[in-house]
Amino acid sequence: MSGDPPIRVVLAKLGLDGHDRGLKVVARILRDAGMEVVYLGLRQTTETIVDAVEQEDADVVGISMLNAGHLTLGPRIVDALAEAGLDVPVVIGGIVPDEDRPALADAGVAGVLGPGAPIEEVVAGIRDAVAARGR
Amino acid sequence: MVGDRTVAQLVAAARGGDRRAAARLLTLVEQGGQPADEVAGATHQLVDNAHVVGVTGPPGAGKSTLTAALTTLLADQGRRPAVLAVDPSSPLTGGAILGDRVRMVEATAAGVFIRSMATRGHAGGLALAVPGMVRVLDAAGFDPVVVETVGVGQVEVDVATAADTVLVVVTPGMGDAVQANKAGLLEVADLFAVNKSDRPNAADARRDLELMLDLSDMTGHRRAGSPGRPVIVSTVATTGGGVEELARAVDDHLEALVSSGSLAVRRQGRRSAEVRSRLDHLLLEASAAAVASASADGSAGREAPGATAQRLADHLLGGSDYTG
Amino acid sequence: MTEGPFRTLSGIPVEAVYGDGPLPGEFPYTRGVHPDMYRSRLWTMRMFAGFGTAEDTNARFRELLRSGGTGLSTAFDMPTLMGRDSDHEWAMGEVGRAGVAVDTVEDMADLFAGIDLGAVSTSMTINGPAPILLAMYVVVAEESGVERSRLAGTLQNDILKEYQAQKEYLFPPRPSVRLVTDVIRFTTAEMPRWNPVSVSGYHIREAGSTAAQELAFTLANGFAYVEAACAAGLPVDSFAPRLSFFNSHVDFFEEVGKFRAARRIWARWMRDRYGATDERSLKLRFHTQTAGVSLTAQQPEVNIARVALQALAGVMGGTQSLHTDSHDEALALPTAEAARIALRSQQVIAHETGVASVADPLGGSHYVEWMTDELERRAEEVFAHLDELGGGSLLEGVHAAIESGWFVGEIADAAYRYEREVNSGDRIVVGVNAFTEGNDSRQADLLRIDQETEDLQRRRLDAVRRSRDERAVATSLSRVAADAAEPTTNLLPALLEAVSVRATLGEVVDVLEGVFGTYVERTVV
Repeated sequence: MSGDPPIRVVLAKLGLDGHDRGLKVVARILRDAGMEVVYLGLRQTTETIVDAVEQEDADVVGISMLNAGHLTLGPRIVDALAEAGLDVPVVIGGIVPDEDRPALADAGVAGVLGPGAPIEEVVAGIRDAVAARGR
Repeated sequence: MVGDRTVAQLVAAARGGDRRAAARLLTLVEQGGQPADEVAGATHQLVDNAHVVGVTGPPGAGKSTLTAALTTLLADQGRRPAVLAVDPSSPLTGGAILGDRVRMVEATAAGVFIRSMATRGHAGGLALAVPGMVRVLDAAGFDPVVVETVGVGQVEVDVATAADTVLVVVTPGMGDAVQANKAGLLEVADLFAVNKSDRPNAADARRDLELMLDLSDMTGHRRAGSPGRPVIVSTVATTGGGVEELARAVDDHLEALVSSGSLAVRRQGRRSAEVRSRLDHLLLEASAAAVASASADGSAGREAPGATAQRLADHLLGGSDYTG
Repeated sequence: MTEGPFRTLSGIPVEAVYGDGPLPGEFPYTRGVHPDMYRSRLWTMRMFAGFGTAEDTNARFRELLRSGGTGLSTAFDMPTLMGRDSDHEWAMGEVGRAGVAVDTVEDMADLFAGIDLGAVSTSMTINGPAPILLAMYVVVAEESGVERSRLAGTLQNDILKEYQAQKEYLFPPRPSVRLVTDVIRFTTAEMPRWNPVSVSGYHIREAGSTAAQELAFTLANGFAYVEAACAAGLPVDSFAPRLSFFNSHVDFFEEVGKFRAARRIWARWMRDRYGATDERSLKLRFHTQTAGVSLTAQQPEVNIARVALQALAGVMGGTQSLHTDSHDEALALPTAEAARIALRSQQVIAHETGVASVADPLGGSHYVEWMTDELERRAEEVFAHLDELGGGSLLEGVHAAIESGWFVGEIADAAYRYEREVNSGDRIVVGVNAFTEGNDSRQADLLRIDQETEDLQRRRLDAVRRSRDERAVATSLSRVAADAAEPTTNLLPALLEAVSVRATLGEVVDVLEGVFGTYVERTVV
C-alpha cells in the first residue's frame, strides 16, 4: 500500500436497467486494487449521484451502461456534476460501440471501458481519469 | 490551501451550510498528518454542540436501515443529522467496498449528510481518525452526528465510546445479545434496540438482554457516568416501527447526561482518550525508532535488554544523553 | 415436423432411442419428456424479438414467421418491464430500446396485427407487470374474435428470480407471489393452453451463477410457486408449472447434464414431495436460450460458432423450444440479417446433422451420466439449505434467502471468480484473452433505435388517452385497488376490465403500488 490516500470511486447505474453483474464485479476489482468504492448500485438519478459525489468527496464516478442509453445519459451526468460545481471525471463502462466514443468524449466523458475489458484496463481507466483531472 | 480555499475558509463555508466544504475537510482529516492537524486546530473549539451517537452491533442487525430510519425522522423534525458510516478495509489490498450509503436511500433523500469511511490502515486504529471526523461535522453544525460501525471487535468498541450516547443494535434469534456481551458492548451501551422485533423470538432476545443487564447491575459494570440502566427499545427498521420511541430514548439519554452533570465529564473523557491515543501513537513511533537505532549501532548487544530499555526511556522521557 | 424413415446421411437406419434403463417419456424423464422426442415434433424455433414501436416489432414478427420460425416471443422495453408508461420521467431515453414499448392495449393490438392469435403460440417475457400484459393480450385476442380458451403461449411471470438476479421487480415479494398465483388460477380455469409461469434460470446464469446454482435456484423457485398455488387452494395436478427457461452456456456437457438433471429432479420432487400424480405434472418441459453473456464484442462473427454449439447442447439436452442469439448482440439488439443467421443455425441442426433422429443420443455416456448425477447432487444440497431456512417450506426458505441477500451474494461471488479466471488466463475466451488476431475488424452495422421512436410512442399514448372514456377508466382503477387489497380475490378480472377501457400500464401499476408498496433491495455487493 502506497502512501497516497486511496482513490474514492462512486459506482452507479442510471435509469431503469437492472443488470448489475458488471457493476458488482468492477466494485470488487477496484477494491482489490486498493480503492474505496461507494457503491450506489441500481436505479440512481443524477441527483443521488451528485449528492454522493459531493458528500463522499469522490475522485471519480463510474457508470455502467448496457442499454444503448449512453449517448443521452452520459452527457446528462457530466452536465449535472458540472452544474453542482463538482470537477469530477465520469467513466462509462459497458456496451458502448466504438463509433460512439468521440461523441462521448466531446460531451465531457473522461473514459470509456468496453465489454470484456480486462481487470488491468479497468483499474488503469479509473486511475488515468483521476490523474488527468489533476486530483 | 485546498483547491482555491484555505482550511479556515473551508471551515467558515462548512459552518455556513456548504456541504462540499465539509466533505473536503473530512478528506483532509482522513489523510492524517499535517492536513489533519490543521483542520483539528481550526475546529477544536467549535464543537460540543452536536449530540454524538455511536451505533454499533453484530453484522446483519440492520444498523444501516435503523440509522436511516432514525435520521430520516429527525431530519423531518427539523434537525440536521449527519452519519459517518464505517466499513472495514481489506487488510490485503487496502481497498474497501462502502455499502452503507446504498442502504440509506430514504435518509439521503431527506437531506441527511452521509459520509462513508473505510478503516484504511489508520495507524492506531479508527480511534485516531474518527474523533477528527466527528469534530468537522460538529463544527459544521450537524446534529446529531451518528457514527455507525460494525461492532464485534475492540476497535469498534473504542469508536463507540467516542460518542456521548452508545446505541447497540441486536436482533432476535442469533444469539446477538450473547455476542454483544462477549464483545464488551454491554459495558459501554447506553441504549439497546432489538431490531427485526417482528420476528418470533423477539421477546426472548429482550429477556436475554434484561438478564445480562441485571448481572451488570450486580457487578457494577456500567459505562462511566451512566445516568441509569440502559433502556431497551423494540424496533422494526424496515417499517419504521419503534423508531419514534427510539428517537425519544436517544434524546432522553442526552437530557439525562446533562441533568446528572455526566455530559461534561464524558466529553472531557473523550478528549482525554483522544489525547491518550495520539500520545500512545507518538510514543510507539518514537519507541520503534529508538530500538531500531540501538540495534543498528550495536549498543543493544553490549547490555541486558532491561538496561537498554531503561537507557532509551531515560533519553526519550528525561532528555538524558542517548549513547550507552 | 421431421419425416421418417430415419437414416444417417450415408443411409444407415437409426432407432428412435438406444440403451437400457428408463427411456425417454418414462419417469423420471431424465432422457426426455417424450418417447420419440424430435421424431414426433421438432423443438419450437422461437426467436425472441422486440424493439421500437409495436409496428416495428410486428414487422419483425412477420418476417420471422415467414423465415420458418414457429413461435413468437416478445421482448419489451425497460419502461414496460418496469411498469412505466412511455412518458414517465424514468422512461426518457429508454423507450423502444431494449424491446417493444407497450403502454396500452392498442399497442398490443398493433403488435399482433395480421397474426392469427388462435394459430400461433406466443411467449411474453415480462415479470413484474406480467398479469397486466396477459390481460392486454387476452383483450386483443377477444376483440379480434379469438376466445381466450384457444390461446396458446407462455408468460414468463417468474418474479422470484427478479429478486435473485434480474432486478425487474415492482412490489415486495409476497404480494408479487400472490399475483403469480392469481395468473396460475386464472389460466388453469380459463386458458388451458397457456403456460402461466416459465420458471427461469437464464437470468440467474447471466447474472454470474454456476450451472449448479442455475439449476438449483430455478427449480427451488418452481417448487416455491407450487407451494404457493397449493396454498391458494389449487390441486397440484391442475396447474403444475410445466415450463422452465434455461440458459445454454458454453461448457457443452455441463449443460447437457444440467438439462437432464433438471427433468429428473422435477419429476421426483413433484411426485414424492408434492404428491402430483398426473404425468403432465411430472414432466418438465423447457425453453432454452443461448447464453447472451458468452457473446464477445471482439471478432463477433465467432459468436455464430459459439451460439451453434450452445444450441446443439440444448437440443442434445432435450429442449422443447430454442432461441439462438445473434452474433451482433454483444453490442446492440440484433439486425434482421443476424437474427436470420441465428435461426438458420437451428435449422442446420434440425435438418442436416441427424441429431434430431434419436432421443437423448448422449444417454449412456459415462461422462454425461456422471455429470447428470453430480449436478443433481449439488442441487439437492441447495434445496436442503433452503428447506432448513424455511422450516420445511421451500417457499419460505426462498423468501428468507431473498431477504438476507443469500442468492445475490452467491451469484456475485461466482461472477467474480469467473472474472478472475478469465483475467488470469486460467479460463480462455477466444478473442478476449487469447487468439486476439482479428480483433481490429470493423464493427458491423448495428441496429440503432433513435429518439424519434420515443416521440412517436408518446404521441400514440396521448392519442389513446384523448379518445377513451375517462370515467370508465377511473371506475376500473378503483376496482383494481379494491381487489388488490383483498388477498384472496383474483385480480385478473379487474385487470381485464381496466385494460379493455384503455387504462395504461403505468396507471394500473401506480394503483397496485399504492396497495402493495414498492420493493427496496437490501444491496449485497
